Amino acid sequence: MEHIVIIGNGISGVTAARHIRKLSDKKITIISAETEHFFSRTALMYIYMGHMQYEHTKPYEDSFWKKNRIDLKFGLVTAIDTEHKSLQFENNENLQFDKLIIATGSISNKFGWKGQDLKSVIGLYSKQDLDQLEAIAPNNEVCQRAVVVGGGLIGIELAEMLHSRKIPVTFLVREESFWDVVLPSGEAQMLDRHIKSHGIDLRLNSNLGEITSDDHGHANGVIIAETGETISCNLVGLTAGVSPNITLVKSSTIETDRGVLVNRYLETNVKDVYAIGDCAQQREPIGNRKPIEAVWYTGRMMGEALAQTICGNRMAYNPGHWFNSAKFFDIEYQTYGWVFATPKGGNAHFHWKHNDDQKCITIEYQEASNIFLGINTFGIRMRHEVFDRWLTEQRTTDYVIKNLKEANFDPEFYKTFEDAIIRAYSNQFNMA
Amino acid sequence: MSTKINSSMSLAKPDSQTLSKTQKIAVALGVVGLFIMALALFNVDFPNKIIFLSLSLGLITAGTIMFSNNAYLTKQAGIKNDGVWFKSIASRGLWGWALGIALTLFYVVLYFKAEWLGLAADGGVNGGLVAMFDPLSRLLNGGPASQWFVYGTLYTVAILVFGYKFMLKYRHNRYEQLRTISVMFFQLAFAFLIPEFMARLNSETFSLPYYDLKNIWPLNFYNFDKYRVDSMIEAGDIGLAFLIFGIVSIFVISPILTYKYGKRWYCSWVCGCGGLAETAGDPFRHLSDKSQFAWKVERWVVHSVVVFVTLMTTAVIYSYLGNDSSKYWLTKDVFLLGVAGLLTVVFAWVMIFKRKELAKDAQYGAIGYFVIIMVLIGMHYFSGTKNVFLVDTYFLKSSYGFLIGAIFSGVIGVGFYPIFGNRVWCRFGCPMAAMLGFQQRLFSKFRITTNGGQCISCGNCSTYCEMGIDVRAYAQKGENIVRSSCVGCGICAAVCPRGVLKLENDSMNGRINSNDILLGNDVDLMDLVNQK
Ligand SMILES: Cc1cc2nc3c(=O)[nH]c(=O)nc-3n(C[C@H](O)[C@H](O)[C@H](O)COP(=O)(O)OP(=O)(O)OC[C@H]3O[C@@H](n4cnc5c(N)ncnc54)[C@H](O)[C@@H]3O)c2cc1C
Ligand code: SF4
Ligand code: SF4
Repeated sequence: MEHIVIIGNGISGVTAARHIRKLSDKKITIISAETEHFFSRTALMYIYMGHMQYEHTKPYEDSFWKKNRIDLKFGLVTAIDTEHKSLQFENNENLQFDKLIIATGSISNKFGWKGQDLKSVIGLYSKQDLDQLEAIAPNNEVCQRAVVVGGGLIGIELAEMLHSRKIPVTFLVREESFWDVVLPSGEAQMLDRHIKSHGIDLRLNSNLGEITSDDHGHANGVIIAETGETISCNLVGLTAGVSPNITLVKSSTIETDRGVLVNRYLETNVKDVYAIGDCAQQREPIGNRKPIEAVWYTGRMMGEALAQTICGNRMAYNPGHWFNSAKFFDIEYQTYGWVFATPKGGNAHFHWKHNDDQKCITIEYQEASNIFLGINTFGIRMRHEVFDRWLTEQRTTDYVIKNLKEANFDPEFYKTFEDAIIRAYSNQFNMA
Repeated sequence: MSTKINSSMSLAKPDSQTLSKTQKIAVALGVVGLFIMALALFNVDFPNKIIFLSLSLGLITAGTIMFSNNAYLTKQAGIKNDGVWFKSIASRGLWGWALGIALTLFYVVLYFKAEWLGLAADGGVNGGLVAMFDPLSRLLNGGPASQWFVYGTLYTVAILVFGYKFMLKYRHNRYEQLRTISVMFFQLAFAFLIPEFMARLNSETFSLPYYDLKNIWPLNFYNFDKYRVDSMIEAGDIGLAFLIFGIVSIFVISPILTYKYGKRWYCSWVCGCGGLAETAGDPFRHLSDKSQFAWKVERWVVHSVVVFVTLMTTAVIYSYLGNDSSKYWLTKDVFLLGVAGLLTVVFAWVMIFKRKELAKDAQYGAIGYFVIIMVLIGMHYFSGTKNVFLVDTYFLKSSYGFLIGAIFSGVIGVGFYPIFGNRVWCRFGCPMAAMLGFQQRLFSKFRITTNGGQCISCGNCSTYCEMGIDVRAYAQKGENIVRSSCVGCGICAAVCPRGVLKLENDSMNGRINSNDILLGNDVDLMDLVNQK
């Protein structure tokens, strides 16, 4: 029986395994050195905040794996021998495979800052990171201030987490506004205000200079590069993005760049070896997508596609329209299609913001044809299925605005804002 | 992780979950209010009962309001689950167990030792806690209080004050606010005030049984007892109207509403048990068991209760009907045939049109159906006038009342809030919920729609589902949630951080979908895999 071995029990590896099982009777082994069972990394924050316990973040009951004949192996893989199709583990065990799926995920970025390897300096990626955080910052007596470095999705989650335990947070963001490399300025600035309204000490245009140390090798402060100001703290969170976790792969014959290089079929240069999820890098980018997509959904979709290939139905990774979502403190965010921080050539933005400063939308469209390209929505839930359809049908923005009600996904009885949006749109474009 | 579980067992503050100064004062107020009742319980004879009762209830109310204001109004509107699993009382810690035991003891005394609460022996004068409620009882219904009046008052106060708290907690969510106003209204007006006023109308020549109009059979399993039916018939037009309303609500009103809105119209907008669960019980909703095993137990237990209550009610009515069709058209045999016929029509309809939806459960449905039919036939052949199968029907009824009405809905249902979560009764024991759920699963426009591929499997929805539904298991497959047990509380949709869930009433077509490949992936692949 063919043995499929998967390194990594995250969403991509687990999705591949589940679908291979659905399609075939192959022997499947999933390896991880992080946790015995698959858990939802995206829920890490809720464990620290006390919304859930670790147990609740596991999407499948522990009995699921045995029932579906998916073997789980706990251990760190240290080498891949592609010639003999064998993996080596830290404890010198070996494991033979017929096909190998690399789904090793990411690691937190460190950019060579002075002091980045001190104690009490953490990233937020793994379960181990969370356990460390719990030890360093159990409450605001032990941890009297924390500095979070890096204004992205994980940074703001870490700030919210610490805030939930009433630990004062200084949030260093290199850009002019929070996440404004991705978000148009109207949205980014609204989020700046929201972050501050929660009492977060948000420092824009601020780079980390260095992290200072006490006598025991613990971080005790952060120096801001621009101003030289020192902020004393008991915890430094480095959340300046992630990059593929491929140290293991680098010493093998498998080609890598920033990630493991794959073609559209998620195949590496070595036969029978594949890579999916955060650690994979497309040789040629797909549409507007980045060659490395470090999001939950793409990991899942790669797993779905690769399972077909492995089970004899060779299938390219061919994602549909882009979508994503996040939550910034109390403001939910969803996006469908492409909205860039500044409109791409030939495109323009329509922006609407509610007076309460908690809701807004931005639509990117082709100026000449009025074709709708994408929407960012804050504080209003929208229907994935409807936008997916409108994008496929290449609807005009006029049409989208007029039919926006159809896409509303807020709970029943919620106040709706479509009329206000239509009015704003008509005013801006002098429509009847 | 384990450190967290342990820390909640200690009384010392875990992490920063300490109460603010205002919250401490608020708790103190509430405790003083309860203390006054405790004193009354131990027969302290308060000089002016009205003042002390008002003081007691007033302090409890003021304490809860003060606590809620401080807990929620000092923060921005949004999801307020920070530290839920660190609080001893909300995570089966020492305080949780203490509260659970205290509530359970209260129920045991209430049901079985009401005299300890001060209830008068026949004809005597109330003492203790019950006496403290006498003035209020006189004011409302003209007579002295009973333990049930005490309980009803406390129950109503609990729904009102904790309803207020819940509304602040979800002040960003209109759905939650409206349905909370609704349960507060139905409890205050229908369950509490109207029946008391009705009792006031009773005289020697005119008497209506206690009737909470929003209670529908099988929840008020006693509704068709002989003494009730008799007294409703004797009470003339009004009584007859009540009787007819009782029947119409089962066969017409409830099916229509459930078809249009799902069982939530009752379970989380009207019902008193649901009302308490959603308000006072809200802090415990995450304690429900989500395992597959619990689901299995749930289906067996709750459906057995339905079978039991159906047979019992049939037996009770059967036992007092006559045999002579010339006196009254509804005889024992007509009635039995009617019940059997109705069940057969429902069963046949389900098996012919809805078999697919039920899948494996169809077998159990068939078993249940045959058990009932066999028993009905048995009833016909082996029954005397007062008994069915040689068992006194009122014995049947009183065992049901004891086992289900008292032990299950009270002692376990509420007493165990802090251990098993707030909807144990609704999930495992309530025959009404089971029957509405059956319809909801098969014949209703209600569902929880999943938003394409947006789910990140975080688990908030499942954790906070009080009915123990593993919502995530559906959401992460892009599948709508169409579960008979869903009471439509809307909390899963509220706590979802990615806007994945929406409670909706929409067309029955395509309500139950099942996707292996989710929206967002290759369209061809989706078509290939999802079309089975
Ligand atoms: C805090 C946080 C919040 C996030 N929130 C969102 C969100 O809201 N939405 C979203 O789209 N994305 C989010 N993401 C990103 C998303 O979680 C990742 O894209 C996704 O988990 C990647 O899945 P994966 O399967 O590729 O890898 P991973 O989940 O990283 O799994 C890889 C596994 O492989 C193991 N492994 C690696 N090397 C070895 C080895 N040599 N031997 C053994 N085991 C090994 C790792 O320990 C790990 O368990 C978030 C990420 C974080 C950290
Ligand atoms: S599924 Fe959602 S709406 Fe239904 S009972 Fe559970 S939490 Fe409430
Ligand atoms: S539906 Fe929402 S709350 Fe539930 S697992 Fe998915 S993202 Fe989390």
